[in-house]
Amino acid sequence: MKKPVALKVLDIVTIIALLGATAMVFFYAPIERVMGAVQKVFYFHVAAGWVGMLSFLFAAVAGIIFLVKKKKIWDLVGVAAVEIGIIFIFINIVTGSIWARPIWNTWWTWDPRLTTATIMELVYIAYLMLRQGIDDPERRARFGAVYAIVGFLSVPLTFFSIRIFRTIHPVVIAGSDPTAVGTFDMTPAMFQTLMVGIVVFSILFVDLVWHRIRLGQLANQVEEMKFNLQD
Amino acid sequence: MQPGSIRLNTKTSFTKAMFAVVWKDLIAEVRGKELISAMLVFALLVIFIFNFALELDPKTRSALTAGILWVTITFAGTLGLNRSMAVEKDRGCLDGLLLAPVDRTAIYFGKSLANWIFMVIVALIVLPIYSILYNTNIISPALLLVIVLGSEGYVAIGTLLASMAVQARTRDILLPILLFPVILPVLIAAVKASAGILNGFPLEDLQTWFNLLIVYDIIFTSVAFMVFDSVVEE
Repeated sequence: MKKPVALKVLDIVTIIALLGATAMVFFYAPIERVMGAVQKVFYFHVAAGWVGMLSFLFAAVAGIIFLVKKKKIWDLVGVAAVEIGIIFIFINIVTGSIWARPIWNTWWTWDPRLTTATIMELVYIAYLMLRQGIDDPERRARFGAVYAIVGFLSVPLTFFSIRIFRTIHPVVIAGSDPTAVGTFDMTPAMFQTLMVGIVVFSILFVDLVWHRIRLGQLANQVEEMKFNLQD
Repeated sequence: MQPGSIRLNTKTSFTKAMFAVVWKDLIAEVRGKELISAMLVFALLVIFIFNFALELDPKTRSALTAGILWVTITFAGTLGLNRSMAVEKDRGCLDGLLLAPVDRTAIYFGKSLANWIFMVIVALIVLPIYSILYNTNIISPALLLVIVLGSEGYVAIGTLLASMAVQARTRDILLPILLFPVILPVLIAAVKASAGILNGFPLEDLQTWFNLLIVYDIIFTSVAFMVFDSVVEE
């Protein structure tokens, strides 16, 4: 199976776009007056969180479609989305910690968003462990789909439960909570940088999912070949 | 009906099938006494471990009681859920159940209901023992209501995940890992409501948590109901 030309093009586009977004963060967006340079973590922090959430939504939707249609491809989409989501939410948590250390004076607080993001991470690690424990590929796909749906449903409920307590996490887009620590008003340049970051990370996401699905298909081919050799 | 023909009743009613599963589980438990006794002994051990680990004394414990209670119920619950599905799987009972010409969700609701009854029974025994051990009375109708509501959400999703976990190679370790992150919203609401009751807050203040518990119960039960078919189909 040769690498499709479209994927090659997308790879190059992704690399250029990532470089461009990084350049915008460093040279275009102004330095925030109070927080200083550490605020620049914000652009990729939000973008990574966005891609993470998008991935898990993808996984849940792929799960539903798989249960209805029983096509193998949707299982591959599900795994691809979950694996990528785990990485991006991890990036999101780590960049958040880097920012929180100087601004909140701590690496970690038990704030609803932080806690929910970590619980979400654990849900999807459990998803991978579930898949690892099942040998029959058809059953593995079914159970994966079911758990992706249940997990995705539970995450917002967890967030809502913890949210009832007061949060200190800043809400920069739409809405301002006066008690939040480290909030700021975005200048147009900052907003543009953030939007570019989100778009670029979304392109990166599409590129990675494509690669991961292709990898899954190749792995299936290898498995089939091995099976045929044994006969 | 023609004389001599056999009346084939291929469709047993949903509730009848469900209660047949519940009844089977209860009879098996009365005769074997495996599940509740194991859950109970385990629950007591957890309380004793907490006693030594946290050095519970009258001053600190009032704030901790709700948490300890729910950790105990949650841990004992996983034990029960695992066992309840493992016995079905081991001797091919699950296949027998699935072959029966009834709606498969009736089997799910039957198993959930049985697990729910077991959890509530364990809680009903643990509460007085806890009261005696710490010389306070923690039993109240409101707390019982929280336990009933909380364990409903717990077994709704727990029964579904347990029936997946027993079919995996790593089944003994898998259930808690699958269940705990997903069940968190129910647990948060249950602990908050229990803590409020134990601290003697008026029930109106706890309305939010009760509402949340009911909402979570409904959501989890209906999702499990919708996807259970794909967990057991072969």
